[in-house]
Amino acid sequence: MNKQDFPVFAANPGLVYLDSAATAQKPQSVMDAVQHYYAAENANPMRGLYGLSVKATDAYENAREAVRNFIHAGSRKEIIFTRNATESLNLVAYSWGMQNLCGSDEILIAVSEHHSNLVPWQIVSQRTGAKLRFLECDKSGSFSEESLKNALTMHTKIFAIAQISNVFGALNPIGTFAEICHNNGTLIVCDGTQSVPHIPVDVQAIQVDFLAFSGHKMYAPMGIGVLYGRRELLESMPPFLSGGEMIEYVQRESAVYAELPHKFEAGTVNVGGAVGLHAAIGFINGIGFDRIQQHENRLATLAFAQMRDIPGVQIIGSSDAAAHHGIITFTVDGVHPHDIAAIFDADGIAIRAGHHCAQPLHQFLGVPSTVRMSIGLYNDEQDIDRFISTLKTVRRRMGYAG
Amino acid sequence: MPDNFYNDVLIDHNLHPQHLHELPCATCSHAGVNPSCGDEITLHLQLENGVVQSGSYTGVGCAISQASADIMLDLIIGRSKENALHLAELFRKMIAGEITEPELGELEEAGALQNISRMPARVKCAVLAWKTLELLLHENK
Repeated sequence: MNKQDFPVFAANPGLVYLDSAATAQKPQSVMDAVQHYYAAENANPMRGLYGLSVKATDAYENAREAVRNFIHAGSRKEIIFTRNATESLNLVAYSWGMQNLCGSDEILIAVSEHHSNLVPWQIVSQRTGAKLRFLECDKSGSFSEESLKNALTMHTKIFAIAQISNVFGALNPIGTFAEICHNNGTLIVCDGTQSVPHIPVDVQAIQVDFLAFSGHKMYAPMGIGVLYGRRELLESMPPFLSGGEMIEYVQRESAVYAELPHKFEAGTVNVGGAVGLHAAIGFINGIGFDRIQQHENRLATLAFAQMRDIPGVQIIGSSDAAAHHGIITFTVDGVHPHDIAAIFDADGIAIRAGHHCAQPLHQFLGVPSTVRMSIGLYNDEQDIDRFISTLKTVRRRMGYAG
Repeated sequence: MPDNFYNDVLIDHNLHPQHLHELPCATCSHAGVNPSCGDEITLHLQLENGVVQSGSYTGVGCAISQASADIMLDLIIGRSKENALHLAELFRKMIAGEITEPELGELEEAGALQNISRMPARVKCAVLAWKTLELLLHENK
């Protein structure tokens, strides 16, 4: 857990990287694993009847097993590799949604959802006639069991919600919500993008029907993501993309699709990415979630305590630092978030400004955009000190007195 | 204030805009949005006999987008449409880093935004008001 494990910091001396919720930096071990795969084991997996292709296939399937174990899924057939969480959620929307929804149905969406768990459902709604309904949170970002129970109707077929919000950093009680949904005959599709890198996730314990997440936010390369789906659901769903690798045999007019999980992995797959994800899981397990959470909470608490004393700084969400899971979204009175981010950039500090792909949430909160700092394993006290030092200067550097 | 992040002209127009208000006498308006960053301004002009008699803007955005709109209105009020479009063209040349010294003189205070050409992420913020002006004037020939 130090910057030396991450080559980006040697290449960018002085960089303070506080945008890990957008994408995490990559440790040397992940880069080495990808390099080793391409240097020693690369072939097109699954179809070559030769040793090298078997190695590539093993590398890919071993990565799948590592993911299964990491999120405690019951079977490797329930782990679909995709490009990212967005593609995983599109897979659910297009495959499950288009087949199972019609005009009298309702799709319930948490108002805090990232556009990736909202826009695909808007498209499904437009195509099928199913109605979109929204579950609203309080100002701290929490959703109550009561409001969920009230929002569910006999027509609600699916509930879309993130386990941890990418704006509030708040952890939603997904296990409880899944139970409420299932008692109503409603499925739950969970965006685990911000949770899987930061907390232990057990899909069987929390009983989600679908869980989507991206590799690149958990120290793996870009371009590899995961969809977990309950086996009986995946079995009943039509393919999302089609072509090579996802078929058993093909005739002129029809095809028999391959078994799970290959039915949902059309075309040549991203073995290098999967190998990188496998290494990233090894990296995370090597540190352990206890230490990860302790580290993130310690730095978030340090930042929080000082941010509260800076005039004009408003933190979005819970007043408890530990409830933020290393994500602190804020505004500075009188200063547009893009100007704030530009000032931080001038001081060598990378933070995110904008709507964080959650425009309906910002409309709900009544702020056009916000600034977000988010913590990774490479951050340390000095990073927080520099963040706070710059934050203290923002209003002054924008021409405000005092 | 020695440590202003942007230059004094930009800071001043952002904090004390002259033209950020509604314009009841406007003859035309046009909204401009940068969807990715959320800057949104609406430009209001009172056009009479091909001349910009008065103008204002409303909306929200970062300091660069707001100051650029305010400076632009300072510059174009009282000028002909053709002249205003000519200035918009010069502004785009400046942001693209292709402007000559005499042309820069024509832009007066808008020259304070010249440095934005070195901040690629902010170019669309600086150009928003000018782009909206071009659309508005082309629509109201």
